[in-house]
Parts: sequence; structure tokens; C-alpha cells
Amino acid sequence: MIEERFDAIVVGAGMAGNAAALTMAKRGMKVLQLERGEYPGSKNVQGAILYADMMEKLVPEFREEAPLERHLIEQRFWMMDDRSHVGMHYRSDDFNEERPNRYTIIRAQFDKWFSSKVREAGVTLLCETTVTELVRGERERIVGVRTDRRDGEIHADVVVLAEGVNGLLGTRAGLRARPRPDNVALAVKEMHFLPRETIEARFNLRGDEGVVIEAAGTISRGMTGMGFIYANKECISLGIGCLVADFQRTSQTPYGLLDQFKRHPSVAPLIAGSEVKEYSAHLIPEGGYKSIPQLYGEGWVVVGDAAQLNNAVHREGSNLAMTSGRIAAEAIGLVKSRGEPMSAANLSIYKKMLDDSFVIKDLKKYKDLPPLMHTQSQNFFLTYPQLISKAMQNFVRVDGTPKAEKEKATLKSFVRARSWTGLFGDACRFARAWR
Amino acid sequence: MNVESLVRVEDKLYYNRYLVDIGHPHVKVRAHTTPSPQLLALLKACPARCYELNDDGQVEITVDGCIECGTCRVIAEPTGDIEWSHPRGGYGVQFKFG
Repeated sequence: MIEERFDAIVVGAGMAGNAAALTMAKRGMKVLQLERGEYPGSKNVQGAILYADMMEKLVPEFREEAPLERHLIEQRFWMMDDRSHVGMHYRSDDFNEERPNRYTIIRAQFDKWFSSKVREAGVTLLCETTVTELVRGERERIVGVRTDRRDGEIHADVVVLAEGVNGLLGTRAGLRARPRPDNVALAVKEMHFLPRETIEARFNLRGDEGVVIEAAGTISRGMTGMGFIYANKECISLGIGCLVADFQRTSQTPYGLLDQFKRHPSVAPLIAGSEVKEYSAHLIPEGGYKSIPQLYGEGWVVVGDAAQLNNAVHREGSNLAMTSGRIAAEAIGLVKSRGEPMSAANLSIYKKMLDDSFVIKDLKKYKDLPPLMHTQSQNFFLTYPQLISKAMQNFVRVDGTPKAEKEKATLKSFVRARSWTGLFGDACRFARAWR
Repeated sequence: MNVESLVRVEDKLYYNRYLVDIGHPHVKVRAHTTPSPQLLALLKACPARCYELNDDGQVEITVDGCIECGTCRVIAEPTGDIEWSHPRGGYGVQFKFG
């Protein structure tokens, strides 16, 4: 056993773990952080978008130091069928501001930098160390961790589980359930490299301006899923994800979907001639509010993806991760400053503080949307995109048909596909879940 | 057109960097005679195509190309069809971009 005793052990060096470790170290706590990868970021996969507001709360000067790709000035939503897309694009020069709101980043590079800030603050980081087990003391209290290093038992007052969506420790210790196939999506992603000027020309960008595309429709072949295309400086992150339960049910392959997405006539010209340099995959928590597990207990808290804190509607995860990490650390700091033990009763303040933040408020707002999207996937990801695409084509194609007839045909196609009650029901269900 | 037949996953994995922990696979398939529906689902759902059917109709795994997403854990660990852990510290896929 390692004799040295720590105030806190943080398992994982992703967004949540780094935020927690940094916040505790800044408060003078003695923190040990354990990461199973060769370096921080080597096991982390994200699109990725960085949300400045939440990052600023951790490292105010990040804009000057961090490896950022492009600041986002445009967001495109594409509803796709096999040969077309109907788009809603929002682009604004307002986003060319002194302190931009969102950036694209490359996680392995960003996390390395983030970790350097964490270590500067005094955290001891041990990489290439897999935590295998939580150690229990009296009355089932978590008192430390066991790692795969020799003499790998280490003790601390509290353990912060920032172990990601696949976190084994919490599950093995019975603190939370394993993610269910209908609560997580599998996303696959490729990094496509192109000259900077080519990316800027293809996406209509100047300098470090950036754009992201979120796409849904027939690309997921009736499964609950989405595609994404993010412009970085010299590469494009491109990927697609669907619920694991849907992959299981349909026998579709993730790489088949990805290749089909890449060959779509709206996508192929954007990546033509690119060199692929990495292929990755990752699970995304999609269960929302109803899938959040117990967040604290005797000597432990759980943060980030491990706690299923992901807003599937807005595609936000890393900001929920870093905010939950920071809030958990502040809660721990509070308990410590009072000189009280890290008991469940005392740590419950973490949940109260998180409930008051946007993290839980946003997830609560959309609590009914994940189940709706999961049960109605055929309609929302196949039928409607096809209908809307046909309606748009009918609207813009000039062929001598009187407009009144065109409108009638469009309306008829919707009613034929879903019936009046179906259309009305879908609209009501969607509105209710969104509200 | 069958898209899957055109995709060579092996070529995709070739882009990635791995430190293979020879002799210590982090995922194991439980011995079986007839594969369960969960095991069969992994043949398609695994994004690195680590799972294959052998000549006797049993599902086998080669973890060398695993990108550690956890999909197989979510599908087949509850039924006891596989044993799933993280690779030992420092081993497995090391993402350059992530």
C-alpha cells in the first residue's frame, strides 16, 4: 500500500476529472489523479465542441493558452433523406466576438493542455494506471482505490469517480447500474485531414471561423441517431451515432452507417480528397434525466459521463462534465472546510448544488424526449425526413403544376404516411416532451 | 447495394496507434457451444469488428484492434457472455486526436 494519504483521489483525466482535480487543488487540497491512458486524453473521444463559459470558470485564461481549433460562427441542422437535405443554418457575425462562445477542439490535444493546468495547480497525476477496485472501510465506506500497479492500494478521504461512460468501478461496487443498451449511443468518428484553405473554402469561412453540422434523418436507417461534421483548422471530424439497442435490434453496422454518411451527396464534396488519420468510437449517455444514478455516497461522488450527465437534445456533454466536476469539488471543499467527514449526508450538498445548476435543470426540461425519440424512431428519423424532403422539392421544383395542387399533394403525402390523428399525436407528443 | 462488404474495418484500424498487451486480453468470451443472440449481435455491432465466428460456429474475440468503446459490455456483459475490463494501465488504443 502507498503510505501517503490524500484528501481526494480523482479517477480519470477527462473533462469532469480535470475540472474536479483542478478545483480541489486550487482550494489547497492534496489531490491524486489516476488515468489509465499513456497521457491524459489518450482514451478520450468527443466531436468535439468546447463551451467557453464553463471552461472560463475553471481556467479564465484558456483562450490564450489552450490548443483551440475554430470559434463557431455557424450552426447547420440538416434533415436528410438519401439524396437531399433540408437545412436550417444559423450564421452570425456576432459570434466573431472578443471572447467567442464555442470552439471546436481536438480532445487528445486539449486534454493534454488541460491536464498541464491541473498539475500546475498541485495535483499529483499518475498515468498508465488502471484503477481496478474501490476499497471499502468500516460501515461500507469508500476509503480509497486499488490499482493495477504493484502495492497499488491508495487511501483518501473521498473518491471522485470521473471514470467516463464505461466506468467499471462504480458498477462493480454496486454504486450504480451498468448503462443499458437503450440509454447509450455508439458513435463512430473519423478525422479527415485537408489543407486549411480547402476547409475554409468548402465551409465558407475566414481565418479561424468555424462551423458545425448536426444531421439527422435516413442516414440512421430508422434508428435513433445523428451524424455530425465539425470543421477544425486542418481537419474535419465526421461521425455518426445511434442507440446501442437499435444496433442490436437491426444488425446494422456502425462502419456501414459511417460510410454511407460519407458518401451522401451533401457530405462527399466536403471531405473529397481528405486523408483519414484516425478512426475512433465512443459511447454517449442518452438516457437523460431519468437515467441519472445516485450521485454521492459514503466517501464518494460521481461526475460527468459516468453519471450519465449528457444533454442529448443539444448535443452537450463536456460542459455538463466539467460543471459537475467543478461543483462536486466545491461541495467537497465545503465539507472539508467545516472539518466534517465525507459522509453521504455531508456530500449530499453536491446534489443540491447540481440541482440548482443548468446541468440538472436542462436535463429535467427534456426528461421525456429521449424515450419519445427512442420509441418513435421510425417516424422521427425516417418517415418525417422523407416527407419533408419531398415537400421541399415539390415547393422549389417549377414544372407547370399549379401551386394549389402542389400544396394539396404535399398535405396528402403527410396524411397518407401518418394519418390526421398520427400527425396530431406526434405534434402533441413532441411539444409536450420539449416543453 | 451491400455497404458493409465495401468497408474494410481493418484498414480503418490501421490509422490508429495501439500498445498491445500481449497475453492479457481485456475482454474474454465465455466458452460456449452455441452463441447467444447477444454474442451474435456483437459480430455486427462492434465498430472494430473484433468479434468473429469461427469454423465451429462459435464467437471469438481478438482484442488487438479494440477501440474501447464498451458497446460489447453494454450488450453482452449482463448475460455473462463476456468478461469485460479496461486494458492494464498504459495499454490498448492511444488516441492521437480522440
